[in-house]
Amino acid sequence: MQPTDIRNPDYFHRVVDCQWGCPAHTDIPEYIRLIAQGRYADAYMLNRKSNVFPAILGRVCDRPCEPVCRRGRVEEKPVAICRLKRVAADLRGDIDHRLPTAPSEKNGKRVALIGAGCASLTVANDLAPLGYELVIYESLDKPGGLMRTNIPAFRLPVEVLDEEMDQILRMDIDLRLGHEIKSMRDLLENGGYDAVFVGTGAPKGKELNLPGRHDTKSIHIGIEWLESVAFGHLDSIGERVLIIGVGNTAMDCCRTSLRLGANDVKVMARKPRGFFKASDWELEDAEEEKVEIVVNHSPKEFVVEDGKLKGMVFDLMEYDIVDGRIADSRITGQEFFPCDDVILAIGQETAFPWVERDIGIDFDRWDVPVVDRVTYESTREGVFFGGDAAFGPENIIWAVEHGHQAAISIHKYCHGEPITERMPPGMNLLAAKMGIHEWSYSNDYETAPRRAMQHMSLEKRFRKLDIEVELGFTPEQAAREAQRCLNCDIQTVFEAPLCIECDACVDICPVHCLTIAPNGEEEDLRERLTVPARNLDQPLYVSAELPQTARVMVKDEDLCVHCGLCAERCPTAAWDMQKSELLTPYVHHEAADQPPQGSLGKRKAGAETKEAPVRTAA
Amino acid sequence: MSYIARPKVSHPALARNELGLTMRDYEGGMSTLCAGCGHDSITGALIQAVFELSIPPHRMGKLSGIGCSSKTPAYFAASSHGFNSVHGRMPSVSTGAAAVNGRLQYIGISGDGDSLSIGVGQFVHAMRRNLNMLYLIEDNGVYGLTKGQFSASADTGSTAKRGEVNEQQAIDPCLLAIASGCGFVARGFSGDRTQLVPLLKAGLSHRGFAMIDVISPCVTFNDHEGSTKSYRFTRENAYPIGHTDFIPPEVEIKAELGVGEAQQVQLHGGGSILLRKLDHEYDASDRSAALAYLSRRQGNGEVATGLLFVEEGGADMHELARLGETPLADLPYERLCPGSGALADLQDRLR
Ligand SMILES: Cc1cc2nc3c(=O)[nH]c(=O)nc-3n(C[C@H](O)[C@H](O)[C@H](O)COP(=O)(O)OP(=O)(O)OC[C@H]3O[C@@H](n4cnc5c(N)ncnc54)[C@H](O)[C@@H]3O)c2cc1C
Ligand SMILES: Cc1ncc(C[n+]2csc(CCOP(=O)(O)OP(=O)(O)O)c2C)c(N)n1
Ligand code: SF4
Ligand code: SF4
Ligand code: SF4
Ligand SMILES: [Mg+2]
Repeated sequence: MQPTDIRNPDYFHRVVDCQWGCPAHTDIPEYIRLIAQGRYADAYMLNRKSNVFPAILGRVCDRPCEPVCRRGRVEEKPVAICRLKRVAADLRGDIDHRLPTAPSEKNGKRVALIGAGCASLTVANDLAPLGYELVIYESLDKPGGLMRTNIPAFRLPVEVLDEEMDQILRMDIDLRLGHEIKSMRDLLENGGYDAVFVGTGAPKGKELNLPGRHDTKSIHIGIEWLESVAFGHLDSIGERVLIIGVGNTAMDCCRTSLRLGANDVKVMARKPRGFFKASDWELEDAEEEKVEIVVNHSPKEFVVEDGKLKGMVFDLMEYDIVDGRIADSRITGQEFFPCDDVILAIGQETAFPWVERDIGIDFDRWDVPVVDRVTYESTREGVFFGGDAAFGPENIIWAVEHGHQAAISIHKYCHGEPITERMPPGMNLLAAKMGIHEWSYSNDYETAPRRAMQHMSLEKRFRKLDIEVELGFTPEQAAREAQRCLNCDIQTVFEAPLCIECDACVDICPVHCLTIAPNGEEEDLRERLTVPARNLDQPLYVSAELPQTARVMVKDEDLCVHCGLCAERCPTAAWDMQKSELLTPYVHHEAADQPPQGSLGKRKAGAETKEAPVRTAA
Repeated sequence: MSYIARPKVSHPALARNELGLTMRDYEGGMSTLCAGCGHDSITGALIQAVFELSIPPHRMGKLSGIGCSSKTPAYFAASSHGFNSVHGRMPSVSTGAAAVNGRLQYIGISGDGDSLSIGVGQFVHAMRRNLNMLYLIEDNGVYGLTKGQFSASADTGSTAKRGEVNEQQAIDPCLLAIASGCGFVARGFSGDRTQLVPLLKAGLSHRGFAMIDVISPCVTFNDHEGSTKSYRFTRENAYPIGHTDFIPPEVEIKAELGVGEAQQVQLHGGGSILLRKLDHEYDASDRSAALAYLSRRQGNGEVATGLLFVEEGGADMHELARLGETPLADLPYERLCPGSGALADLQDRLR
């Protein structure tokens, strides 16, 4: 194999599994260390830089970071990354003086943002400090999008939502509530805007057109039903409720039903466990509340008598599962389930009846707008899409990342710069050595298992609709959980010319990830390591030829616990621990034409390119 | 010297041996040797060898003298028996241990100072007695523990870290062992584990005294230019006389392995050695030829490595001294202590 190019910022970024997995590339290990030090406000601000809504996301983020957390490969459970974020938010104290502000002098550019969901709000967050005049149009009477209308208050308290939205809205933003945009043409022709951002989400709940569907009023569309509940238009439901679908919307529907008086709630799944869309933790939370999940039942018809819903008939399914995939299926019978209400939670779609099809904004054959994955520009110059509106339903953290990227494009577009020429991410490497056996991080392995989240008792939580179920970590729990983080951003960095091939590092490594071996092709080399490297998602770090024997040092990144023992044992400091710091450019960097500098404060000349990370001495 | 203890966490896919143990179950305490010391790499090789042979840790006895090398037993197989004895006196203690319990797998770990300077007399007699043990000399040419004085294995003309030249002759433990009648003589290098591990496994399976001189650079006092026991010098001057493959008992040797210059030796403890010669002249079963060959290589400034001499079937101390098979600890009390009447009888016989 060729020696690994660690000058490419992606290499070490990828080692930080959580940060690589986070769409917004939140600097997770760093904020966890800040929490461990009790620096909650700093941890909050660091989060806010990339994910904008730490208190919201610390409760309801889809947490793509956790399933990929290295700790989950080394042992069973990942670090409770998301709940630690909430700790930073809960304990941050007053941070108002550290929030961005809008300059009183504007830059003369006007941008319209359609929809007041997290995507638009992120664009506003990024552009307002640069002096943009921003107008947000929202058809509802309150801002927040699905975060307000669909995510139930028992998961996300309204005060938390309001507080973080206000951090943005207070930057002189012209929020026009109850103002639905009904014609894009009209807005483009008569609005007088320099650019338009579409953050209208995916508002259409999918239908299930089976016999009986329209013969009763007791069949509801999940997202509409949740919205009615959120706005207080609805405050009861029948005793027996069937939820169709087993995604995250279904989980919110079943738990909300329980709070509106239902006492027999079943989630009807077409497929077996393991094929559900809902995250494991949402399933756990629902089952804790005694929701029954019924598998292998495919909806067949609604049974309605005289306009009254009696129940539903399902086909009983049987599946052949080969290598974790469904190879074949058959129907083995039917079953009737009595019920009073049915909630359909089988997905949502985008809908753009208000975007005329002859104004240069192209739609594909599924009627989804054609949007560039890097610039978020539509086929009409100056019109950008982000969040669920861009590529269909995703989640908050993706919407936020779209918002950051769209903000960069909007800025460049408004200033006549090519939107495809974007600042590349950079990487700093900083010495982590503070002395003999002393590092700038705590390198000892914390053996504690994941801290369990305390929940409001089952007796108390159903009394009101908005009693938050999760109580958050105490500072003690947070401190312990923080120690479980493996500090994956403290990288093992190798200098081949220094190595004398004494094997000290190979022998000390607790997880056997180092090997000195004759070089070979990747497939062959992977098998010849101390423990064969069979997780192909994780890279090998291969050195240049070693000076004495021309063999190579190979590190399987998969299970490294970043304990630093290899560097401690190395007599020549051929292995060293260095902190990597990903430098993600935001629109203010583009605007100032100053690449992000991170904690170094200063970038060396010639370090602007993707290939050249900055290095400093200790 | 490391500050934090090696974390208990381990690779979930770590291989298990016949006993269901992983390499990590054969670990010992954290090493306090200098980072990069050859001795620690030998520890790593030993762990691999005893793991692969599935030796139950509680069936091993680790013995040593004094020196950095003699600290090795503390760093592997924490649950084995062990005795860290006096400088140069490990062979006597081993003799006692082996006499009372011949069923343990004894591993003696010594240094060039411990075995060739202060302990050379004990060393030679242990071979003469043919103690059933694996005896390692972690050979760095210096007294590491006492800050790097030349030891008896330092080569004539080699220099100390500060530049002094060694004018005395070196004792080569391999030549000494072959001449002293040792039945298993090998030389390895801490920096070549592919060679060392099979040698260790073969030595552990040999009945009688198996001596392996392992060149083991002292990074602190003897890894400089001018040293003949440094990493670089050893890598440049090692002369492997052949490959040693250790073949476990259950594996049949295939014809293609045995062709040409291969020599197979059945080992007492099960398994066999397959020697694939790199040097056609060499015959590892001919004591006088081996002596002559090694002296010649030494004259060329080369360090011959590999399995240098092997002869199975010699009677070990137990047989020679007609000691009982049952360890004393397993004898019933009445037999172990037959009473004052038996003692009086014995004394009568000696009068
Ligand atoms: C039940 C449910 C639970 C969810 N739970 C989670 C969760 O726990 N974690 C998570 O990360 N994600 C969750 N999601 C997904 C998440 O809510 C969305 O991905 C996210 O809100 C998308 O943000 P957005 O800004 O793109 O759009 P939205 O939040 O949908 O906001 C769009 C806004 O645009 C307004 N609008 C639409 N059309 C117009 C128009 N023509 N004129 C003016 N205004 C308009 C809408 O009223 C709305 O306020 C959940 C989704 C649902 C349905
Ligand atoms: C009877 C006695 N004499 C001298 C010493 C001092 N001493 C301790 S270790 C040592 C030399 C050890 O050299 P070696 O066996 O080569 O081990 P190394 O440290 O090089 O591994 C000496 C002379 C001692 N401990 N006991
Ligand atoms: S930091 Fe070094 S010793 Fe620790 S797990 Fe990673 S490679 Fe192994
Ligand atoms: S400890 Fe250092 S010198 Fe020794 S093999 Fe490892 S990297 Fe090379
Ligand atoms: S002094 Fe030499 S022999 Fe002793 S531990 Fe240090 S490197 Fe090893
Ligand atoms: Mg020595």
